[in-house]
Amino acid sequence: MSGWKVFGSRAKRLEDPALLTGQGRFVDDIILPEMLHAAFVRSPHGHAKISGINVDSARAMDGVHAIYTLDDFKPHLTNERLVVGLPSSAYKQELDRPALAMGEVVYVGEPVAIVVADTRYIAEDAAAMVKVEYDILPAVADCRAALEEGAPLAHSSSPHNILAQFDMGYGEVDSVFANAPHVYSESMWQHRGGSQSIKCRGAVSIYDPLEELVTLYSATQAAHTAKNILIDMLGLNENQIRVIIPDVGGGFGPKLVFYQEDVSVVLAAKLLGRPVKWTEDRREHFISTTQERDQFWEVEIAVDDNGKMLGLRGSMTHDHGAYTARGINLAFNSALIVSLPYDVPCYHMDVVLAVTNKVPVTPVRGAGHPQGIFVMERLLDRAARELGIDRPEIRRRNLIPTEQLPFTKGLKTRGDAPVVLDSGDYLACMEEALERIDFAGFSERQEKARQEGRYIGVGIANYVKGTGRGPFETVTVRIGPSGKIMVYSGAAAMGQSTQTMLTQIVAENLGGDMENIEVVTGDSSVVPMGIGGSASRQTVTAGSSALLAAQEVREKALKVAAHMLEASEEDLEIEGREIRVKGVPDLKVGLGQVAHAVAGTPGYALPGGIEPGMEATKNFMIDDLTFVNGTAAVEVEVDPETGKVSFIKYVIVHDCGTVVNPMIVAGQVIGGTAHGIGNTLFEWMGYDVTAQPITTNFAEYLLISAPEMPHVEMGHMESPTPLNPLGVKGVGECGVVPAPAAIISAVENALAPFEVYLDQVPLRPPEIVEKIQNAAIS
Amino acid sequence: MKPPPFSYHDPSNVGEVISLLGSLENPKLLAGGQSLMPMLNMRYVMPDHVIDLNKVEGLSYIKEDGGTISIGGMTRQRDLEYSDVMKAKCPLMHDALLQVGHRQTRNRGTIGGSLSHLDPAAELPAVCAAHDAVVIVQGPNGEREIPFSEFPLGYMTPATEMDELLTGVKIPAWAEGHGYAFVEFSRRHGDFAITSAAALLEVGSDGGITRASLTVGGVGAAPVRMNDIEQALIGQSGDEERFRELCEACREIDALGDVYASSEYRQHLATVLSRRALVKAYDRATGKA
Amino acid sequence: MGETRKISLSVNGKTYEEEVEVRFTLADFLRQQLGLTGTHLGCEHGVCGACTILLNGRSARSCLMLAVQADGQEITTIEGIAPSEEEMHPLQEAFRDNHGLQCGFCTPGMLTTLIEFLGDNPDPTEQEVREAISGNLCRCTGYQGIVAAALDAAQRLREAKGV
Repeated sequence: MSGWKVFGSRAKRLEDPALLTGQGRFVDDIILPEMLHAAFVRSPHGHAKISGINVDSARAMDGVHAIYTLDDFKPHLTNERLVVGLPSSAYKQELDRPALAMGEVVYVGEPVAIVVADTRYIAEDAAAMVKVEYDILPAVADCRAALEEGAPLAHSSSPHNILAQFDMGYGEVDSVFANAPHVYSESMWQHRGGSQSIKCRGAVSIYDPLEELVTLYSATQAAHTAKNILIDMLGLNENQIRVIIPDVGGGFGPKLVFYQEDVSVVLAAKLLGRPVKWTEDRREHFISTTQERDQFWEVEIAVDDNGKMLGLRGSMTHDHGAYTARGINLAFNSALIVSLPYDVPCYHMDVVLAVTNKVPVTPVRGAGHPQGIFVMERLLDRAARELGIDRPEIRRRNLIPTEQLPFTKGLKTRGDAPVVLDSGDYLACMEEALERIDFAGFSERQEKARQEGRYIGVGIANYVKGTGRGPFETVTVRIGPSGKIMVYSGAAAMGQSTQTMLTQIVAENLGGDMENIEVVTGDSSVVPMGIGGSASRQTVTAGSSALLAAQEVREKALKVAAHMLEASEEDLEIEGREIRVKGVPDLKVGLGQVAHAVAGTPGYALPGGIEPGMEATKNFMIDDLTFVNGTAAVEVEVDPETGKVSFIKYVIVHDCGTVVNPMIVAGQVIGGTAHGIGNTLFEWMGYDVTAQPITTNFAEYLLISAPEMPHVEMGHMESPTPLNPLGVKGVGECGVVPAPAAIISAVENALAPFEVYLDQVPLRPPEIVEKIQNAAIS
Repeated sequence: MKPPPFSYHDPSNVGEVISLLGSLENPKLLAGGQSLMPMLNMRYVMPDHVIDLNKVEGLSYIKEDGGTISIGGMTRQRDLEYSDVMKAKCPLMHDALLQVGHRQTRNRGTIGGSLSHLDPAAELPAVCAAHDAVVIVQGPNGEREIPFSEFPLGYMTPATEMDELLTGVKIPAWAEGHGYAFVEFSRRHGDFAITSAAALLEVGSDGGITRASLTVGGVGAAPVRMNDIEQALIGQSGDEERFRELCEACREIDALGDVYASSEYRQHLATVLSRRALVKAYDRATGKA
Repeated sequence: MGETRKISLSVNGKTYEEEVEVRFTLADFLRQQLGLTGTHLGCEHGVCGACTILLNGRSARSCLMLAVQADGQEITTIEGIAPSEEEMHPLQEAFRDNHGLQCGFCTPGMLTTLIEFLGDNPDPTEQEVREAISGNLCRCTGYQGIVAAALDAAQRLREAKGV
C-alpha cells in the first residue's frame, strides 16, 4: 500500500483539544436538570450476616429522596444477580454478585443500599445514618489459608473456598524432572494492586417514560456488555436500553466489569423518574472496584549442564476475591504465559483459585501476564546463577528463534484454540536491549561503583503477550450527503487514542483528510454488537474492521464516481474530500455528491447499480491471538542502608507489528512501564487478618510520581503479524509485562555482594533492608 | 468523600478567634487546610464549627530581630521557602521545606497548621525541635510562650489549650556559617518522611564541633532530640566512622511501628539518616559542601 | 440545604456572586454551581492534584479549600488558560505535540501547576519539572510526555518573550 499519508504518521490526537481546554465530558461532568445524587451504604466488614436494615431516620432527612435495598429492587429485577463469568469447565462453584447485598456481606465495600438525595453531600450524610445490623462471621483474608482444612468459609453457603481448579501443560514432565541433571525450585509471592485510574468509576442514568427508554452513561470499557446484562436483569428488550460511554479517565481493566452500582443507579432513576448520578470516590474505588492481588507460586525448572531448559512445572494459588466478576481468565493468563517466549520441552502447572473475603479480582493492565513472565525470568536467573552462565546467554540458548515462527506451543487458549507464536524476532529484540543498556560494559561500571561504595545492578526480562483477542469488533464507515465520513464502532475509548487510531486507518483509504472524519465509539445505539476495550485488542480488531470497511466504501465511492464522471474507476483517486480523475484536476466530484447519489430518489435507479448508502459494516473475525514481544533492560542503584531503589537507565525494546501512530505507541509502552514500576516498587493493596483493607487512600497506597519515574528509552522493531490485514499487534499492556521481572533481576544483581535473593513483588525498602540484614546473619 | 455539615466562622482578629474557641462546641481551626480538609472530606473529623483563620489579620510575617526569627502562625510554607531571611538565618528550614509536600500544598500550608497538627513525621516540627524554637500561643488570659521541647504532649497532641491559638513561633538563629542538614527518607518525593534527621553544627577553627543539635523525626510520637549524641559530638571532628558509632544510639528511640514501616526499620533509618545529616552538616560548616 | 453564604469571586476573569453552602469544597462549587467541569476530582484528599486551580496566580488544590474561602479571590481554571477560543496556550499546544495526555483527566491539574511553575522558573531542568509535578498523579503517560511538553513549552514561552 504505497502512498500512505496518515497511516503510520505521528498524527496529532483528535482527542486533545477538548481535553486540553476543559471541554472533555467525563461521567461526573454530566449535569442534568432535576438530577439527583447517589451514595452507597457499604459493608464495613469482611464477612457478616445482615440481621436487619433500618433506613427510617436516614429516609426522613431533608433532601433525601429514596433509599433502596435489594428487597426494594427485587420486584423490578428478572435476575437478582450479575451473571458475568466467562465460560470454563474449571469452576467448582458459581459466585455471582447480587445487585445489592443479599443477607450476607462478603467483602468490605460490598454495596448494601443506595441512597438518593439532592446532593452527594446529603446522600453521604444519610448513608451514614442507615443502620445495618451485622452479625460478624469469620473472614478469609489469605488465599492460602482459605484452602487449609478447617478454614472459615468465605460464603457461609459454600461447600468450600475453591472457586476453580485446573491444570495445563504438555510433555512428560515427571520423567524429565526425574532424570534432569539440575532442578531448581523457587517459591514466589506476587501481588498487584488496583487500576487506580485517576478518574474513578461513575454512572448517570435517565429514564424516559414516554419512550420507555433507559439510558445509562457509564465509565465502562464495554458498553454492549453493560447493555446485555441490563437486558438480562431488568427484563427489557433491546430497544429499551442504551449505554453510552462518555470520556473515561483511564480504564486499565476494572472498568471492563459491570458493577452493582450500575444496575442500582439505573433502577433508582427508573423508580424515581429523575436522572440519578453516582460518582465513585477514591475510597470507594479502593474498596469496591475490582483489583488484582496475590498469587503464590511453587515452581521448579529442569536444565541441562549448558542451561538448556528441559522442563518447568509447579503450582499456583490465586486470590479470586469474594465473587466472580470476570472469570478464571486472570489465573489462566498467568499460567499460560510462563513458558511462551522460550522453547520449553515440557510444562505443567496446577492452578487453584481461592475464594477470599476481599473485593473481587479481575484483570488490571497486564492481566496476569507480568506474574507468569516473572516466574519464567526468575527461574532463568536462578539457573544462570547456579550454572555460572551469563543471564543473557542462558536466554539466548532458550529463546525461540525467529526461523521457527510461527511456533505452535503445546497449549490452548481459553477458547481452546492452539497457542501459536505468530511473528517477531525475540533474540534480535533482546540483543538490541542489551546493546542499549550497554550490558557488555556493565561489569566494569559495577566494579567501579562498588569501589565507591555504591551498589548498582542490571537486569533483563523477555516477554511475549497475546493481544488482539477476538472474536470481532464491528466498524461501520459511512459517507453522508454532507461529505463527512462517519465511523461507528463498538470499541471503547478510555485514553488509548482510539478515535485517532480509527481516523488514521479510515483516512488512509478515504482521502487522507483526518479533519473530515468523525468517530463515534462507546454507544450501544450506533452498532448492534460490541466487545469493548480490553486485552490490548482494539487496534487489531476494530482497526482491521475499519480498514476493511473503509476499503469497501472506497470501492463503492469510486464505482459511483466513475459512473458520475463517466470515467473508469482505475483512473480515479480520492484526495481530501473529492474524487477526481488523475491528471485532470477539474474532473471531480465531492464525497458528499457521491453519497447523495446513492441516498436514493423515489422512482430512480441508483447509479452503477450498487447497494444504497455509501457505507459498509465489517466484522473482521479473529480466532488467534497475535503475540507481541519485547525485552526490558534496567540499570538500578540500591541504597542498602535505606532500601531505596533508583533507576539509572530503563530500556524497553518491543515489537507490536505495524505501527499506526508511533507517538501513541510510545505513550502506551511508557505508560505501561510506569504501571509496572509501580507494581514492583510502590503499590501494595493491604488487608489485615479480618480482611479489612488497610491501604484505602493515596497516602497509604502509593502511585509512582514523576520524580521516581525514570526516562524510558525505547527501541521499536516492526514484525507485522500475518493474522490481520493491518499487520498490527496490541500495545496497551506491553510496558507493564516485563517490568517486575527486569527490575527485580537488577536489584538482585545490585545486591549480589550481600547474597540476597529475591522472589517477590512488590519489593519495598523495609524488605530490602531486612533481607540484607537476614543474609548477613545467616 | 464530602465534608459533613458544620457552621462556618471567619473572624478577622485573634481576639475573635479566642472568644469563638471559648464559646463554640466542638470547633476546629482551619489554617492552610492541607491536613484538616482531607480529614473533613473523609469525615475522619466531624466538627460542629469550623473557624477559618485565613482572614485573621497580623498572623502572616517573617521578621528577624537580634538573632531571633519570628514567624506568624499563618505564614505559608511557600513564603518561608522563598524568604531570604529564612535562607540566610535558618537554612535548615529551607532544606526541610523543599521536602515538604508539593508546590500546591506549600502554597496553602502554614507553619502554625503544621505545628498544631503535629504529625510525628512532619518536617517543620522537627526543624522547630532542632532549633529550640519557642511557640507563642494566645488565649483568654493573654499570650504565653511554650518551649518546643514542651510543646508536644504526645502523639499529635500539642500543648495548646482548647481555647488557645498558636499565633507564632520564634526561632533562635545559629551562628553565621553553621552547618545544617535536613535528611529524610520517604518513599516518594514530597511524602511525609518515614524517618528524618535534622542536624545543626557549629565548628571551631580547629575543626572541632563546638555546638550540636540532632533531631530525629518520624520515629517517636514526636520529634526526638538526641541529647546524648549532641553532647558526645562536642569536640569531635567530622569523622564519619565516629558519627556512625554515636548514631547507633538512635536504635534506642521508643519507636512507632505500622504495616508500612516497622519500629525496627524506623530505628535503623534513624541511625543511617542521623549519620548522613551530621556528615552533610559538618561538610557545610567547614565549607566542603 | 445547610448553612450558606453569599460570596463574590472572579473566575477566569468573570465575576460571580453566588450563594454557596459553607461545606461545599471549591472544586464542587466550580464544577456543580458554575458548571466549570474542567477542574477534576481524582481523590478528594489532596494527593492526586487533578483539581489544581490557580488562586491569585498560585497553584492550589481546590478539593482542599472551601468555596467560601474563595470569597474576594481570583481563580483561574483550565477553562481560562487559553488566550482565546481559537488559540491555545503554548503549554496546551506543547502537551498536544508531545503526547502529554492520554485520558486527559489529570491534565487540568498538570496545566495549572506548570503555568505557575514556568512563571517561577522559565528555564527548568528535567528534574525540576519532575519535582514541580510531583503533586500531580498521572496513571496513563508515565509522565514522559508531560515532562517533554513542559520543557518544550518553557522554550516556546522563552522564545515568545525573546529571551
